[in-house]
Amino acid sequence: MSGFWIMLTGALVATCCAVLGCFLVLRRMALVGDAISHAVLPGIAIAFLVSGSRGSFFMLLGAALVGFVAVFLIQLFQSGGVQSDASIGVVFTALFAVGVVLISLNARNIDLDLDCVLFGEIAYVQWNTLEFGALSLGPKAVWLLGLTLLVIAAVVSLFYKQFKLCAFDPALAAALGIPVAVFHYLLMGLVSMATVSSFESVGAVLVVGLLVIPPAAAYLLTDRLGTMIGLAVVIGIVSSVAGYGAAVWLDASIAGCMVCAAGVQFALAFLFSPSHGLVTRRRRLRAAALGGRAG
Amino acid sequence: MTNRNRNVPPLAVSGLTVAYRKKPVLRDVTFEIDERQLVGIIGPNGAGKSTLIKAILGLQPALSGEALIYGKPYKVNRKLVGYVPQRESVDWDFPTSALDVVMMGRYGHLGLFRRPGARERELAMDCLDKVGMADFAHRQISQLSGGQQQRVFLARALAQDATLYFMDEPFAGVDAATEKAIVTLLNELKRNGKTVLVVHHDLATVADYFDSVLLLNGEVIACGPTETTFTPERLQQAYGGKLAFVARSEREPAGAAGNGR
Repeated sequence: MSGFWIMLTGALVATCCAVLGCFLVLRRMALVGDAISHAVLPGIAIAFLVSGSRGSFFMLLGAALVGFVAVFLIQLFQSGGVQSDASIGVVFTALFAVGVVLISLNARNIDLDLDCVLFGEIAYVQWNTLEFGALSLGPKAVWLLGLTLLVIAAVVSLFYKQFKLCAFDPALAAALGIPVAVFHYLLMGLVSMATVSSFESVGAVLVVGLLVIPPAAAYLLTDRLGTMIGLAVVIGIVSSVAGYGAAVWLDASIAGCMVCAAGVQFALAFLFSPSHGLVTRRRRLRAAALGGRAG
Repeated sequence: MTNRNRNVPPLAVSGLTVAYRKKPVLRDVTFEIDERQLVGIIGPNGAGKSTLIKAILGLQPALSGEALIYGKPYKVNRKLVGYVPQRESVDWDFPTSALDVVMMGRYGHLGLFRRPGARERELAMDCLDKVGMADFAHRQISQLSGGQQQRVFLARALAQDATLYFMDEPFAGVDAATEKAIVTLLNELKRNGKTVLVVHHDLATVADYFDSVLLLNGEVIACGPTETTFTPERLQQAYGGKLAFVARSEREPAGAAGNGR
């Protein structure tokens, strides 16, 4: 049973991340996802200090708020003349450092250690269950992630055409009267939410892997946005299941194995994708050259 | 079109000033465009041609002045306006098909929640057909040539079903076949009572393509019918003598074509 909960948690994290990651990758903002996942740390720490519990609503709210602040600061620095990669680097490392300081200051009296924040403790997910009277309703993390996924799925499917046009051609989107800035911050808000819901199980560092790798692999496999999102979700879920299997077999970090599994799938897509694959393309070129010589 | 007051011009810009980081790009731009006109926006690099379009469409904030579309602010009459951005402004590796891009022209008419359906698909196919791209409807957009991509952009503007169009350098880097297709399309739009403003660079073809010109270089140098406005003197003035070599080599054909009309 424990394996089931761990794989389900991983699959939920991967699905949340894959859907949002597609839009990040297409907007060339993969690193903003990275930035948010690190920058929410002080929000998590402060909310933890205030509410005294993990996985609470407060924590989600606090972290999402700091995520917004991070995105806002990145934009502010960029429009103030700082290079875009530098402003991302400045904001996320500085905020992350604030989080590290806050946690280490209070390490003696609170149950929130840095290892857990950075790399997650997906193996312990099953012990922290939601109780309703005498009834156990399953792990809290699963409920939290399920809710997050529901929100993400609802928002993205309601405003799919807006998200798509803002990613492809923001100028036309603005000319048509779509509030581009609102949808930008909405996407960033969802990314913060996904990151915070995931940090307990896979941690702030590895969540980026699930945010970027499955969409990047899916991008190589299709020419349609809808298919890309679907494939990214499938790759994410396979990563979670295969990663857990590998972790049990090797007796290694579960979250680490999950992201490794995503990496392996990306490598396969990069080499063997029917349209973009390195090996496939080279073979096609050789066939064309031979065909030309024969003809 | 019957309910529109014929005296209201499709576009009236007055006192428009735009600056990027304190550096003024457009100063006190004032002009009016009549209905059923193909208008060329002409001027040297950095003259603010694209900025002018972006300011009119509210994509670039203006320091002062206003632009009225059929007598009302752009926000009110948004649906009467079609826009073709520069081709390089988007990522052509985006996972989407030509048909899909054209359907994006309908998003403004669909409202907040409605998704494009069979009707939009059909309309988009018609628009692709008008630019001779029906056979490429399901191609991924990165597999199209530059000229074909430009035609997809034009089809998307047609799908917007507007009466006033802004096109930012549609002729830039396209092959002869596409150039011809665009000219045919422009004339068809005009026949159907539309007004089109086109940012254009090739001075040799201005007299052949456009009824009116707007000569721009930070401010309006001249605006009016091509025969009387597109003169070597005004051109020299717009290009500020900086492009003396170009002006000299273009002077003959431009003058000749202007006289021929």
